[in-house]
Amino acid sequence: MKIRRSVPGFTIAVCVLLGGLLAAFTVGRYPVGLGDLVNVLAKVLGHRTDVSPAVESVVLQVRGPRVVAAMLVGAALALAGTAFQGLFRNPLVSPDILGASSGAALGAVVGIYLSLGVLAIQAIAFGGGLIAVAAVYVIGSAVRSRDPILVLVLTGVVVGALFGAGVGLVKYLADPYNQLPAMTFWLLGSLSAIATADLIPLFGPIAVGAIVLIALRWRMNVMSLPEEEARALGVATGPLRIAIVAAATLVTSASVAASGIIGWVGLVVPHLARSLVGPDFARLLPAAAILGGGYLLLIDTVARTMAQVEIPLGILTAVIGTPFFIWLLASMQKTWS
Amino acid sequence: MWLNRRTLLRSLATALLLADRAHAATVVDSAGRSVSVPTRVERVFPAGPPAAILLYTLAPDLLLGWPRANRPQECVYMLPDICNRPDVGRITGRGNTANLETVLALKPDLIVDVGATNETFVSLAARAQDQTGIPYALLDGRFVALTAAYQKLGQLTGRQAAAQELADYTSRTLTAIIGRIADVGAEQRPRVYYARGPRGLVTGLGGSINVETIELIARNVAGDTPGGLANVSMEQVLLWNPDVVITIDLEFADTVRSDPAWASVKAVRDNRVHLSPKMPFGWVDFPPSVNRLIGLWWLAKILYPERFAEDLRVLTRDFYARFYHVTPTDAQIDQVLAGRD
Repeated sequence: MKIRRSVPGFTIAVCVLLGGLLAAFTVGRYPVGLGDLVNVLAKVLGHRTDVSPAVESVVLQVRGPRVVAAMLVGAALALAGTAFQGLFRNPLVSPDILGASSGAALGAVVGIYLSLGVLAIQAIAFGGGLIAVAAVYVIGSAVRSRDPILVLVLTGVVVGALFGAGVGLVKYLADPYNQLPAMTFWLLGSLSAIATADLIPLFGPIAVGAIVLIALRWRMNVMSLPEEEARALGVATGPLRIAIVAAATLVTSASVAASGIIGWVGLVVPHLARSLVGPDFARLLPAAAILGGGYLLLIDTVARTMAQVEIPLGILTAVIGTPFFIWLLASMQKTWS
Repeated sequence: MWLNRRTLLRSLATALLLADRAHAATVVDSAGRSVSVPTRVERVFPAGPPAAILLYTLAPDLLLGWPRANRPQECVYMLPDICNRPDVGRITGRGNTANLETVLALKPDLIVDVGATNETFVSLAARAQDQTGIPYALLDGRFVALTAAYQKLGQLTGRQAAAQELADYTSRTLTAIIGRIADVGAEQRPRVYYARGPRGLVTGLGGSINVETIELIARNVAGDTPGGLANVSMEQVLLWNPDVVITIDLEFADTVRSDPAWASVKAVRDNRVHLSPKMPFGWVDFPPSVNRLIGLWWLAKILYPERFAEDLRVLTRDFYARFYHVTPTDAQIDQVLAGRD
């Protein structure tokens, strides 16, 4: 019964992803028709076809890496959001709840301030996200409390605010003509600068984190029960929590390092996935990943197509996410109680 | 009694000072504000980097300090003792880092700001002048207004003769360059993409201060959309397919030739990607001050090589000697032209 119920949900998620893929490859500032696309594909597969080098470059060097990155980042943020919403038993939690985004933001603005190269900036941002969450976890565990989850969330908010102040300080000290615009653009989130070379450092951590999360899918069902019940069922909640937080942080930091801050995806997509396949993590996690990839792919296609100028992803996701979230608040009673 | 005498002296001094101020010249600044300037101006506070550079070129001895400390490699091209003057922060613009009390403690006779003259900056100037009691002059920072800015600055600082010389040089340069390409119709001018950021995907939109000099003598591919700095997608750059790429980013300039995504761009195929010199101040956009004047020669030679036969090295030496008060060696000029630190 249950499995049959989730089949249409998965179909919808996969359709969103495939539709996103088709749209992403055929729509863009540079006109590439379906015929061109087929020709490029044929050329990649070794056939001799007549493709202009500009079209080939658009499909393989520009649009291709960007499409892959959008799917990876969308899937990563949705996975992390789903895991955190389950772990914290709270529907309003997003992947940056433990400070991963603010840590990565501080790392990135410091990198820009020091005029480092792109890959170095991404590496520092990635490290910053991991350090921030590690700090939150250490502080949160050191505070003795009957509600470790609440302490963890509060510590995350506080440490995130501190890192946010650090970002403000670095922006204040930055050169207003050169560095400040770069920082502002980074913080708004964009995939415009993604190149093939960025895909490996993006894919590695996301793959590791995603495998860990999906491997833990059955236990995450138990983790979303109250602490005492989970313990009574024989689950070691402490180590399991560390594993989930570490995996979710890994995927969040890697995606934020590559794309800048993109909010809302990790908050909204888990709810969409839940409404499609239900609350069982065994189905919810893969559905959220597929849906997140398709969702960000569609949004990024809009971001790079609508105007000559890129529309920052952070702005688009907020414009789409806010009305959805209000609707969610209105209907939350049904889904979460 | 003793206290009273002291108070009396102080009020006398204040009265004298006020009298002095009252007798001072009144100069109308670029925003149309009347600024009354003391007869002897000896200490001038620059409100931001463009003002600091303009002041340095006209009257280095009056400059109280820099909005941010210069780096040692920049001081090679400036008078060392002036270049090493302290970091005093900025008053207006993006990020107000100077404390008004610090400004007062430096006892400036005049505050000069070069930049936008819109309502925001007029009110900021008026407010700073009211709070500090120091005359605050606002000069138009647009590139085409440079000549007038020098003349105003000359009046404000009492250096009219020196200012007129720089103003003449500026207007001669502008007339010469613009005149020589006047017969090139808008459609024949090269299409230029201005690349910033390590991936070259940040550009200046139409009318942005960053592309003022480019738009003066060429077509900005991003000029259809008005605005400031913005992110653009690689696809849009491929669609624009610019004839020439001008960049200020060293990493981009180093990698663009081997980047497959850029390989089909006309400017890359024709080997027309140019890294802007930036020592001691950038030649294309930042800070937006007189440093862009020598950059205009550089741009003109890149865009119209057949029309500009001048030796850029001679022009650079002359410009640096006139405006930066230091004559660079041949090796230093090579270094500058290579766009490296």
